[in-house]
Amino acid sequence: MQLIEKISERLEGDAYCRHFERRADSETLVINLGPQHPSTHGVLRIVAELDGEYVIRAEPVLGYIHRMHEKMGEVKSWWGFMPNMGRLDYLHAMAWNQAYICAVEKLAGIQVSERGEYLRTIAVELNRISSHLLWWGAYLLDLGAFTPIMYAFEDREILMDLLQQPTGQRLTYCYFRFGGVYADMTPATLAGIRDFVPYLRKRFPMYRDLVTGNYILRKRIEDIGVIDKDMCRRYGATGPVCRGSGINYDTRRNEPYSIYDRFDFDIPVYDTGCGMARYMVRFEEMEQSLRIVEQCLDQIDKSDGKHVAPKSPKPNYKAPAGEAYQAVEGSKGKIGVYVASDGKKNPYRVKLRSPSFCNLSLYAELAKGTLLPDALQILGSIDLVIPEIDR
Amino acid sequence: MSEVLKSLPVELIQLVVGLICLAALVGASAVLLVWMERKVAGHFQRRPGPFEVGPHGLLQTVADAAKLIGKQLATPRGADKILYWAAPFIAFLPVFVVMLPIPWGETLMALDVDLGLLLILAFSGMGVISLCLAGWGSNNKYGMLGAARAVSQSVAYEIPLLLSVLPIVFMTGSLSLSLVASVQGTWPWDWLVVRQPLAFFIYFVCAVAETNRAPFDLPEGESELTAGFHTEYSGMGFGLFFLAEYANMVVVSAVATTLFLGAWHGPGSDLLGGAVGVLWFMAKVVFLIFVMMWFRWTFPRVRFDQLLNIAWKWLIPLALINLLITAVLIPLWR
Repeated sequence: MQLIEKISERLEGDAYCRHFERRADSETLVINLGPQHPSTHGVLRIVAELDGEYVIRAEPVLGYIHRMHEKMGEVKSWWGFMPNMGRLDYLHAMAWNQAYICAVEKLAGIQVSERGEYLRTIAVELNRISSHLLWWGAYLLDLGAFTPIMYAFEDREILMDLLQQPTGQRLTYCYFRFGGVYADMTPATLAGIRDFVPYLRKRFPMYRDLVTGNYILRKRIEDIGVIDKDMCRRYGATGPVCRGSGINYDTRRNEPYSIYDRFDFDIPVYDTGCGMARYMVRFEEMEQSLRIVEQCLDQIDKSDGKHVAPKSPKPNYKAPAGEAYQAVEGSKGKIGVYVASDGKKNPYRVKLRSPSFCNLSLYAELAKGTLLPDALQILGSIDLVIPEIDR
Repeated sequence: MSEVLKSLPVELIQLVVGLICLAALVGASAVLLVWMERKVAGHFQRRPGPFEVGPHGLLQTVADAAKLIGKQLATPRGADKILYWAAPFIAFLPVFVVMLPIPWGETLMALDVDLGLLLILAFSGMGVISLCLAGWGSNNKYGMLGAARAVSQSVAYEIPLLLSVLPIVFMTGSLSLSLVASVQGTWPWDWLVVRQPLAFFIYFVCAVAETNRAPFDLPEGESELTAGFHTEYSGMGFGLFFLAEYANMVVVSAVATTLFLGAWHGPGSDLLGGAVGVLWFMAKVVFLIFVMMWFRWTFPRVRFDQLLNIAWKWLIPLALINLLITAVLIPLWR
């Protein structure tokens, strides 16, 4: 028992958490935030020890929505595992689609049609925008502002309508196929996307005036929940969390994949590492995604081929023996998929590296010593999607 | 029958009639204000709000009230039953007393008390007891955190609230609301808000905080404390807290109207035997309530230490300075 106490003194994580109740002394209050709590966005549980309103310890407890995606990968066929990807990060399903499909393509050396690549990029970037919009609304909901989420949903609704045509889905997309995508976008859809770009650009100044510039909001999130570079590296934080801390790392730039080298876009980076920095990074990323989509729309008509490459794999596809790893940039951070094949009809092993898991792991250290409202605000600012954590 | 009526003192009959009218007013205004809140919220959020029950959803609140009344009243295990069920009543009952001295029109008030303002300030202070009991009695950690917040918030904001109405008392030399109302004139520049803009600002900020409205709704801060002090309440237990919140909004807006916005005064307010004046009063109250709703659906919530800092570091010193300046200037005006 003493050994466990000694370990838990230094460890911040699960081992520590199991002894939480026992270790609370009489002056403090142990409070369960979740798994049913309005601001944990799903079934995440945070066990927090409070001294007044100050959080002494806050430990995330995982596993409430564990669905064994990795194990499922070993049982399902190569083709049949695709829909699982949309259910990991349901807000940025396209990025997970891309990670798995690209990993298998890398493993088997499947050619992708050029038009397919453009369609993929458009889908991923539009989905990134809708993910960031939802985060924006939900984060402000955490801060007690009820209205922005309705505006975010209004914009998001248009995106979902647009993506509904080629994918046939509105949330848990399964759009990607080996060698391309499931269906081509119709001219009407492409025209709709072209109209959407200036529409959203026109909305941004309003959001900036009404929300970003709000004095109460700035006081709530500036210089609070500061993640420094060192902490990002220790916990493997990626995505807007690390870019908000001054680490210029974006998988699209640093480990180029697909056709991102053809586009001109910036990687927004902020140094302060506070909630405001992450907020600004996400907000500017939406603008950069719009730029990428715009360039895609300009180039897509000159691209060769159909939406999917000829002779692309069929549902009974068996990947050749070998292994491959592919990382892509999701809206939460770096998504990694490692697939190993022994030439049978289903993968030998699928390992999923989810950004939310790594980003959440720094929470215990970050939340220590903050006020309860700040602790929940910080939790919102690192943008978690729970099914992705419990994969 | 008439003999019995004649033997009763006139004040008693007036009080009873006044109380019945106030009960009707509180109920009706709560129903209308909840509907208005939802409509305002809806239109702020690019949606129509309640629309199905009655014309433009007007009966939605009535349906909701019927639902709340029909619900089971559950007491959580380990709760202090007496305190737990006393709390909603303590929240709601002072509202009647507080509404007594409000001058709705030149002659329309339930009770003309010389110390009307003091009565209102004293009884509205009881609200915090109910929040405290509700949070403490329900044996819930969120409830307790909400209660702790409610108490410190009320203590902090009652001081600047008092300090901001004192200049008005200095200037009019009376605590009677009807007298304060009658010294103001017809046009906006005759109202006391022109002479005391800072006091009005401080009063209004404190009023929003005292009624636990956003952005100062920390005792029930949804995203942090689920529902704060009323987490455990079901049915009409919750309903009474809800009613009290809206009734308190009416009270603080009515007091603001009386003290600063010329009460029933307005162009043509003496027409139709003062009925237009009553309409003016109501219009001003509804406008102030609309502003409070506007705040709620626009601003994020402040943090707790920020809330207390606003009170102790800004509002109280400002109110004190304002009071001192007023005290110096009054002899000069005279």
